[in-house]
Amino acid sequence: MNDFLNQIELVGDWLTSSQQWSGDDGIPHRLSEHLTYSGISLVFATLIGLTFGLLVGHTGRGAFAVASVANLARAIPTFGLVVLVVTVAGLSTTPVLVALVALAVPPILINTFEGVRGVDPDTRDAARGMGMTGWEVLLKVEVPMALPLILLGLRVAAIQVVATATVAAYPGLGGLGRFIVDGLARNNYELVIGGSAVVVMLALVVQAVFTALRRLVVSPGLQPSATKS
Amino acid sequence: MIRFDAVSKNYPNGTTAVDELSLELAEGGITVLVGPSGCGKTTTLRMVNRMVEPTAGTVSLRGQDIREIAAPELRRGIGYVIQHAGLFPHRTVLDNIATVPLLLGWGKKKARSRAAELLELVGLPSSMAKRYPYQLSGGQQQRVGVARALGADPPVLLMDEPFSAVDPIVRGELQAEFIRLQKELHKTIVFVTHDIDEAIKLGDHIAVLRTGGKLAQFDTPERLLAHPADDFVADFVGQDRGIRRLSFVKAADLPLRDGLVLPADSPVARARAADEPWVLVVDGDRRPLGWAAVADLPSGGTLADAALTPLGHTFSLAGDSARAALDAALLSPSRLAVGVDPQGAVVGVADAYELSAAMTGDGTAVDAAAEEGTAEEPTPGDAAVEEGTAEEATAGDAVTAKDAVSKVTVVKGETDGGSGDDVDGTGAGGDGR
Repeated sequence: MNDFLNQIELVGDWLTSSQQWSGDDGIPHRLSEHLTYSGISLVFATLIGLTFGLLVGHTGRGAFAVASVANLARAIPTFGLVVLVVTVAGLSTTPVLVALVALAVPPILINTFEGVRGVDPDTRDAARGMGMTGWEVLLKVEVPMALPLILLGLRVAAIQVVATATVAAYPGLGGLGRFIVDGLARNNYELVIGGSAVVVMLALVVQAVFTALRRLVVSPGLQPSATKS
Repeated sequence: MIRFDAVSKNYPNGTTAVDELSLELAEGGITVLVGPSGCGKTTTLRMVNRMVEPTAGTVSLRGQDIREIAAPELRRGIGYVIQHAGLFPHRTVLDNIATVPLLLGWGKKKARSRAAELLELVGLPSSMAKRYPYQLSGGQQQRVGVARALGADPPVLLMDEPFSAVDPIVRGELQAEFIRLQKELHKTIVFVTHDIDEAIKLGDHIAVLRTGGKLAQFDTPERLLAHPADDFVADFVGQDRGIRRLSFVKAADLPLRDGLVLPADSPVARARAADEPWVLVVDGDRRPLGWAAVADLPSGGTLADAALTPLGHTFSLAGDSARAALDAALLSPSRLAVGVDPQGAVVGVADAYELSAAMTGDGTAVDAAAEEGTAEEPTPGDAAVEEGTAEEATAGDAVTAKDAVSKVTVVKGETDGGSGDDVDGTGAGGDGR
């Protein structure tokens, strides 16, 4: 118990000491590197996952392929993928981004697909029967109705990416993983725990952002918790 | 208005949903497609707005082959109501109703003010406008579904079992409301149901389909009950179609007698003189007070002193049908039904036997007209479409039947409170039960 309290104190000291807040090895710089890797991979993963999820969910064609691809991607160890791509492509940000995209696509893809496919057939039938074109059905009915699940997929992906972007440090790149990898190499546990703490806080911020986003963009008609008036 | 020309729908797995169907649906009327599951009634309906494309034949709307119109454009001009309403859960009630106007590019303001009008038209308070579908009961959702279908005021309305997912009481309300609406709007409506009672209640014309998508009979409800084309139709219409036919006989045409209707100040001796087991005692305005059993009357005095048995219920000559009259007779302690005028004054009484005379050869109403129909149309029983060739005969049949029936005084609109003032053969429905 005392150890634990000591560690918290250590982390506190580490986080608040001024040298952590400036320079190439400071938290702001590492954080911005970290956010850059995460942001770029999430943008790509979202483009891929949403496009295919919406397409397959809307047309109903390729559902099996989606499930297979997603399961396969889930089985790939992220760390192994980073090492593999570095070996093949050489040291650069690309292998890290490829690995993170591969990690982020499945939750986005599957949730988008399930969200669209899960739209009540009666509702879809009514939408078509009212005279909506395929695009209108997708954009005015399917996407808004799938939004809770789409956001869930994005949130899961974002949290995983933010937590996993630490692997970038392993092949020698930056990001918050630097603290952890360097700390382990130097037996500096203060650094390891401090770095981890920043990652955890970042994940919590991401979670909060998505909770707020959900309140903002999901229709009150779809909120199961909304009370009857 | 809507015309099916030898329309078939076959699926690749070999099932035939609709088989060589030819039908012509009148403008401004309700045509009900009815039949057991698998008879292709929903498929037939969905071919009108191209939700299903026929494998053979043509469907035309106001003379135009519907394949010449792009599906979304066609559908925006046709109202569509489905069983579970299919409302958009993420949109408010008002925005649901405004769907088609918005698709047509009316602009938000105009679309919403139209939606607010429709909300009122279907009998929902304006406080519901901002609610979401999950906050509504099934019946309310269905009303919103109807309002949404009416969004852009389409001339044609397709309704696929719209009232079958709600409980019987709500269904009755919705049906009554629907009849009221149709009187106001005069839409051309195609209505699918598996419930023959609903079909008879709502339909101006009924197409009975049999399993495999063949048309069994296309006729008015009256003729369907009186002259089912074959055993299948007779069976489907049900065992009590005789009783149901009474719904189409106006109570005003029933033979009534008033010899045993006596004012309360009449002497008891007059009641005995009537030579009936029961006399009906009325007040000074001829309002019914109750039945007096002649055997139990005191030896002297007036009927005001006699013990009276309650009436049961009366029937109104202004709005009720022979069916209500027969019901009143069966429930009356004297086995006599009491007919009253709109002021509640007794016109006369009749027993079940006398009432049933209205249905037999010497009666006045349905059969006389039905005979006429038979005379004009030599083969009423052959209305069934066994072969493709018989289909034209069916269409002809319906017209003849309509002419015949328009000569009968038919009770319509009983469901909205017994105001039988809107009587005609092509009205919006009838009692039906």
